[in-house]
Amino acid sequence: MHELVREFRKGPRAVDGIDLAVGTGEIYGFLGPNGAGKSTTVLMLTTLLPPTAGRASVGGFDITRDSAKVRASIGAALQEAALDPILTGREHLMLQATLQGLPSRRRNERTRELLERVGLTEAADRRVGGYSGGMKRRLDLALALVHQPRILFLDEPTTGLDPQSRAALWEEVERLARDEGMTVFLTTQYLEEADALADRIGIIDRGRIVAEGTPARLKAEIGSPSVEVTPAQKDDIGRLGELLAGFGDSKRGSNGSVTVQLPGGEAALAEIVRVLDSNDLHVETLQLHQPSLDDVFLAKTGRKLEGAGTE
Amino acid sequence: MRTESTLVEQIGAVARRSAVGAFRQRALLFFPMLFPLILFAINGSALSRVTEIPNFPTHNYRAFLIAMPFVQGAMFVSISAGTSLARDVETGFLNRLALTPLRSEAMLVGQLGGALVLGTVQAIVYLLVGLATGVGFASGVGGVLVLLALSLVISFAFATLGGLLALRLGSGEAIQGIFPLLFVTLFLSSSSLPRDVIKATWFREVATYNPVSYLLEGLRSLVIEGWNAQALELGFGFALALAAICLVLARPAMKSRLARA
Repeated sequence: MHELVREFRKGPRAVDGIDLAVGTGEIYGFLGPNGAGKSTTVLMLTTLLPPTAGRASVGGFDITRDSAKVRASIGAALQEAALDPILTGREHLMLQATLQGLPSRRRNERTRELLERVGLTEAADRRVGGYSGGMKRRLDLALALVHQPRILFLDEPTTGLDPQSRAALWEEVERLARDEGMTVFLTTQYLEEADALADRIGIIDRGRIVAEGTPARLKAEIGSPSVEVTPAQKDDIGRLGELLAGFGDSKRGSNGSVTVQLPGGEAALAEIVRVLDSNDLHVETLQLHQPSLDDVFLAKTGRKLEGAGTE
Repeated sequence: MRTESTLVEQIGAVARRSAVGAFRQRALLFFPMLFPLILFAINGSALSRVTEIPNFPTHNYRAFLIAMPFVQGAMFVSISAGTSLARDVETGFLNRLALTPLRSEAMLVGQLGGALVLGTVQAIVYLLVGLATGVGFASGVGGVLVLLALSLVISFAFATLGGLLALRLGSGEAIQGIFPLLFVTLFLSSSSLPRDVIKATWFREVATYNPVSYLLEGLRSLVIEGWNAQALELGFGFALALAAICLVLARPAMKSRLARA
């Protein structure tokens, strides 16, 4: 993607000159608040919306010149699971298999495979109107996979799902990338989703990428982890502070704990445990705090990700 | 594993989905079919003495009136086709289809397939009701088949109009809002009286310029006249012209709705 722009009439630049590259087999997390430009980017990359300026290629094909070849290489589950409430899950898959050009003898087989994979075999002949949000999302994913695409676009796939359905979808996405080498471009407004799934993350705000890298690197860029220790005996608080001061800047908390920054990273944690043990200092709790992606977003934009939406 | 599906396969797949949708929404199937029959029953009974007007072409007013439910039913089909397509625009289902190698003409014609199925069911019901209430066919069994064929062409034509409106407006509510206007064209036609016995000049003029009159007269000719080539040519001609105009106008609208780069 190079300087990709999308401007709407009488509106702001939804996407304002994005540059990024996603490697084969990678899960790329596109993280940002509502209205940041995530879905507009996906619509352009899936050829459903022409860019105003810039260029992009998907699977080696230009999104404007070779749009049919792009569509043949990709599967997409867009923001709203656009399903027909009157049709059953099986009918959706059969329709998709026919339109994607699967030979007639293969359609039934592929439909069965996908229903089983997304756990909808029992509900296959029920109308989609009666499906739960999680079931709709799983069917949406199955539909995107009918023609075995090399690249998968998932636009906020877990928005509105319960934790169990979310975890099941994460597992399937990880499996697709790991076992089938599928490249996954995933948009999300959930920090933990990007953190848990993505090999690399691009943080988008107001149509521009404000940070990009692996989750660990992004977090490392803005600060070091810290350890918060609460002694078992309140009287040991002074001694604890002295011992931890050797590892970095430390400060006492109002809850009777001591927190120390670890400029060298979490590797120092083992040494802290050894030092506390050798000095016979018993601890009640010991917690490692990593900088979060929300901290990264805050550092890059001056706002918290939650509630930063403009839509 | 993947091959390119043919145009026929694509139309078939989209039409199957459209037809399944039409049949599963029984309220959409039943009530639009019932309304023209109620009007047929009321007018057929209350206005039966209009056949006493000099030069009225038949003594059986129901035989004259039976064409009206066919055209009225076809108008309901246009709403059904339009709202179904508008729903696909609104829900994003059209985008899902746009991500497949589906051709836009296959999508359009296939989407209208369900309307055609609906039109067929309606036409058979109206035909049976007509026969059961004493309507005979001057053109015989062959005429029944031609009437069904013309009725399907009319349903298809109105379905394309519904499809065009759906693609232009993108809203089911807007389509339903336009429906009463279609009904006006039915009442300003030769639906209740032959044009040459309409006394009010302005009404006769409007009915003469109103293409709906020729759709009705094409169907009616098979019932009360026998084989009238001119009436059939005008009936088929206007229906096909409406379908062709709507399809031509709908094609760019469909491409724009699909918004494929």
